[in-house]
Amino acid sequence: MEMLPPLAKGLVTSINIFLLTLLCACPLGMVIAFGRMNRHLVINGPIRLFISVMRGTPLMLQLLVVYFGPYYIFRVSLAGYPPFLAVIIAFSINYAVYFAEIYRAGIQSIPVGQYEAATVLGYSKLQTFFKIILPQVIKRILPPMTNETITLVKDTSLAQVIAVAEMFTIAKRLANAQSSVLALAVAGLFYYIFNFIVAMVMEKCEKCLDYYR
Amino acid sequence: MSVLEIKNLQKTFGTLTVLKDISMTVERGEVVSIIGPSGSGKSTLLRCATLLERIDHGGLRYSNVQVAEDDKTGKCVYLPNNQLRKVKSMFGLVFQNFNLFPHYSILKNIIDAPICVQKRPKEEVVAEAMKLLDKMGLESKADAYPYQLSGGQQQRVSIARALINNPDILFFDEPTSALDPELTSEILKVIRELAMEHMTMVIVTHEIEFARKVSDRVVFMADGVIVEEGPADEVILHPKQQRTQMFLSKIIAER
Ligand SMILES: Nc1ncnc2c1ncn2[C@@H]1O[C@H](COP(=O)(O)OP(=O)(O)OP(=O)(O)O)[C@@H](O)[C@H]1O
Ligand SMILES: [Mg+2]
Repeated sequence: MEMLPPLAKGLVTSINIFLLTLLCACPLGMVIAFGRMNRHLVINGPIRLFISVMRGTPLMLQLLVVYFGPYYIFRVSLAGYPPFLAVIIAFSINYAVYFAEIYRAGIQSIPVGQYEAATVLGYSKLQTFFKIILPQVIKRILPPMTNETITLVKDTSLAQVIAVAEMFTIAKRLANAQSSVLALAVAGLFYYIFNFIVAMVMEKCEKCLDYYR
Repeated sequence: MSVLEIKNLQKTFGTLTVLKDISMTVERGEVVSIIGPSGSGKSTLLRCATLLERIDHGGLRYSNVQVAEDDKTGKCVYLPNNQLRKVKSMFGLVFQNFNLFPHYSILKNIIDAPICVQKRPKEEVVAEAMKLLDKMGLESKADAYPYQLSGGQQQRVSIARALINNPDILFFDEPTSALDPELTSEILKVIRELAMEHMTMVIVTHEIEFARKVSDRVVFMADGVIVEEGPADEVILHPKQQRTQMFLSKIIAER
């Protein structure tokens, strides 16, 4: 029982990582997606390379680079650079890249006739995107976004590599101290419940958009 | 003054010149059908007229608004964007695949652009939209969504959407091609009714018999040029050009 308060505290940190990452990665992904879809090679070229590197290397490595990079690569020591901030930066960029590819697939799946109908009716480019295209994109990307979001919940445990006291870090510490896997099992249960709620919320969103096809 | 005047229009995609020197005038109340083999540039012509494609050379005028014309150096210049938006309320376009907005109700599909783009008062637009839906026999479908309608019903909604701004001219690009044969007649009936109300229309169609009955004038296009044009009966029943004769006899043979 006495392990619950520290675990709960770790859970709060995990939830914070999760929410802050989503908050940053969702809009950032949109920016990357538009860069990727830009007609000019000078813009879409580097973005393609960036996406390819971010998807082709482990998140854990990216996390280490973001945290230790400033010192080991550039010899700048950032006094009081909190590991938590590094986690948010690394996670946000990594997830933004995955989101960007989901957005792009969603945007490109909208039939060109939708743009043409909107253009003929006089909608401006912005109106067309926000009123006609985006709502349809959101409906189409919800299922893959649910997958990514659930993966993000589990990925929060990677923050342990730079000693952020999220739930997994604490569960491991407790398990070592008590020579028992009980703390890890409880943490596992918490992750499961967390994801159960996430999945439920996403399903609710999908239901809300069920009124059209 | 004519509703639409296209003058020496040229349109090229890459190295392929799809429209070569097309000139065409449509008078108020006139119904013009455009026929011709696949790839002859019929859709491209409508897309140029409805500003979906930019023309490379030539002139485009709606009533008293010169939308595009060649300047002294021979470069085709368009009106600035803010004025083009106004021009867009002067015409309507009905697509082959309807292109209704699936996330909007039938009513919203019709009223959203007039309210959000043309900034017309909502009550007026809704009342007009309901009248149009009534005319299309769809008054009970105002709150339905496009997926709940048959193809023919969706096409009637898209006609209502094109009519809501009281355009001077309505373009149709093969309005029945995506429909089952038994649904074709309901759309043709709507177009015939519009013709009787003297709506100015330009219709690209493969329904030759329909074109003959509904239109005042038929334009036969092939390879990006107008080969022959004239009164509907004359062009379809007694074509003068060999190219037209070949096209029509092939269509009749396919029946
Ligand atoms: N965006 C484009 N880019 C390149 N070529 C195009 C484009 N749009 C049309 N074309 C070409 O222009 C020519 C005319 O096409 P268009 O669609 O206007 O023919 P159409 O007369 O409408 O034919 P159909 O009866 O099959 O609809 C075709 O050769 C087509 O391949
Ligand atoms: Mg066509």
